[in-house]
Amino acid sequence: MRIVEAIFLVFINPLFYKIALTAATPLIFASLGGVYSEITGVVNIALEGIMLLGAFTSVVFTWLTGNVWIGVLMAVVSGVALAWLHAWGSIKWAGNQVVLGTALILIAQGITGFLMEPIFGKPGQTDFVGKVEEIKIPGIAEIPFIGKVIGEISPFVYMAFAAVAFSWWLIYKTNLGLRMRSVGENPEAADTLGINVYGIRYFGVLMSGVWAGLAGAYLSVGEVGLFKELMSGGRGFIALAAMILGKYNPVGALLASLLFGASTAFANQMQSSSLIHVSDTVKPLFDMIPFILTIIVVAGFVGKSRPPKADGVPYEKGA
Amino acid sequence: MNKKVMAILVPVISVLIALAISTIVIILIGKNPIDAYSALIRGSFGSKQAIADTVIKTTPLILTGLAVGFGFRAGVFNIGAEGQMVMGALIAATFASNFGSLPPLIAIPLTMLIAMLVGAGYAAIAGFLKAKTGAHEVVTTIMLNSIAGNFASYMVNGPLKVSSGTPKSPEIADSAQLPVLMKVGAIEMSAGIIIAIIAAIIMYILLNKSTAGYEIKAVGFNPYAAEYGGISVSKNVVLAMAISGALAGLAGATELMGVHHRFLGELSGGKGFDGISIALIGQNNPIGIIFAAFLIGSLRTGSNEMQFIGVPKHMVMIIQGIVIFLVAADRIVRTILIRKRVAK
Repeated sequence: MRIVEAIFLVFINPLFYKIALTAATPLIFASLGGVYSEITGVVNIALEGIMLLGAFTSVVFTWLTGNVWIGVLMAVVSGVALAWLHAWGSIKWAGNQVVLGTALILIAQGITGFLMEPIFGKPGQTDFVGKVEEIKIPGIAEIPFIGKVIGEISPFVYMAFAAVAFSWWLIYKTNLGLRMRSVGENPEAADTLGINVYGIRYFGVLMSGVWAGLAGAYLSVGEVGLFKELMSGGRGFIALAAMILGKYNPVGALLASLLFGASTAFANQMQSSSLIHVSDTVKPLFDMIPFILTIIVVAGFVGKSRPPKADGVPYEKGA
Repeated sequence: MNKKVMAILVPVISVLIALAISTIVIILIGKNPIDAYSALIRGSFGSKQAIADTVIKTTPLILTGLAVGFGFRAGVFNIGAEGQMVMGALIAATFASNFGSLPPLIAIPLTMLIAMLVGAGYAAIAGFLKAKTGAHEVVTTIMLNSIAGNFASYMVNGPLKVSSGTPKSPEIADSAQLPVLMKVGAIEMSAGIIIAIIAAIIMYILLNKSTAGYEIKAVGFNPYAAEYGGISVSKNVVLAMAISGALAGLAGATELMGVHHRFLGELSGGKGFDGISIALIGQNNPIGIIFAAFLIGSLRTGSNEMQFIGVPKHMVMIIQGIVIFLVAADRIVRTILIRKRVAK
């Protein structure tokens, strides 16, 4: 059974775990963004568009300033700006949140495609502008196996885990977190208690812009150092699935993102396995794995994963 | 203000606001908006070829608009028209390349039927999962789009592959191709537009004059009340997705049988996603959708001409995005309208 042997070899290869971590990183950030928005009661499918815009802005500002971290910062700023539009349309004007999200994805795809020529002089793809270097941690790099996985890896991976820890603390251990959750569960009651429902929801949506913007920055300057049109490639939606599978909890979203990252890494490693000779023709079939897994997960777990009660329902004072 | 007047005014004013914003953007990148818009109009209506091209581009958009609009009426958001269109056209192409021995009278309806059934079945997966497990159709249909794209890429690079060059399927049989209505230079305008308009009329009748349509609308309007009234919500969700998918599959069929005559990668090219803006601009009304598809079709056709004078055609996507945003948050436009009236 060559295929069993090939699968076994994938699982004992440290590269598989490294790719799983790096493939999970944008999903961790973006699904965290989903958690912030949805626990306050605002469905945010615009994550896909925010990621794309973040990927683009970080490349533009890295190229202009020569400093990748200014690029990363501007990705966050642009993410917040797009998230603000979503908040404005869905909180202030009580629009249909799913449709607004779709509109923002289209706007992000339009803006990034539109600005390619005026800024970079050509459509499609930019040149390499610089990227965030992998960091080498002396103590860990020497450990066998583990050293090959996380000894030399993008700092974004560490940032993602830190962001999850911070978010878990914020959402479950602080007063603000309690308010966020109460606004998503029962805005009327929260309002009666004097909580500013609109303000808290704005906070949740804007924070989703911060995280999804970082996710986008990772895709471009974190991983490849350039921008390609439509490079988010549906990962905003996979992040939404990770959020659902993770039961709207930062730690759950982390674990679910790791699962999706692992499925991508698995498809990737199987394609290049020297044992089973995957021809170029069959490769697209392997690329389906993460998408099929998402459907199975969403269908299998959504009944067991309960969204916040007021998720997707605009709140209107006195209505 | 009258409800019907509002239903027309909101999308019209949304389009005008979007055009105003895009005018500012064009000025910001240092181009003349009058030049840009006249290029846009020249590109879509400036010559016989341009007009024929606009009609060709409008045809699949009417059908994807109907697909999404029908879903909205039934309370489902089908973002999967793109994938359903791909699967419908791909499988229909596989069969129709062997239809050489059949007369057109059989080959044409049969090819259309295959595309519709495949589109319906593919969409029904998402409908079934929503009805049985509550999986949100937005997530599942997007995933199904990616799966369809990968599957199509496998098929045209593998089992269906013909010669070299861009990956594509073999040509479908002559008898399965739609008759040509008008030939302007190299541009052939097929009977697809007639099929699209007939589909709009059928959808109008189905929604407004039939019991099935009434049930589907009831579920879309208020699933709890419908269930209480003895209408099966799950059955209607699956049915609504299937009908929506059949329309998207038909869009794939008209592209396959009337335009490309074979399956290739750019056959769907975002037309399924355009269906969302078209359904919203047309307020999910079949007749409104025809006009909205014509608007987006002419914008898409004209945008190539606009690109020549240095305004990237992505401008059209931004315009569409702004229109969807304003129609979704329609209170923005309503508030503007009401304030204007009060001021008078």
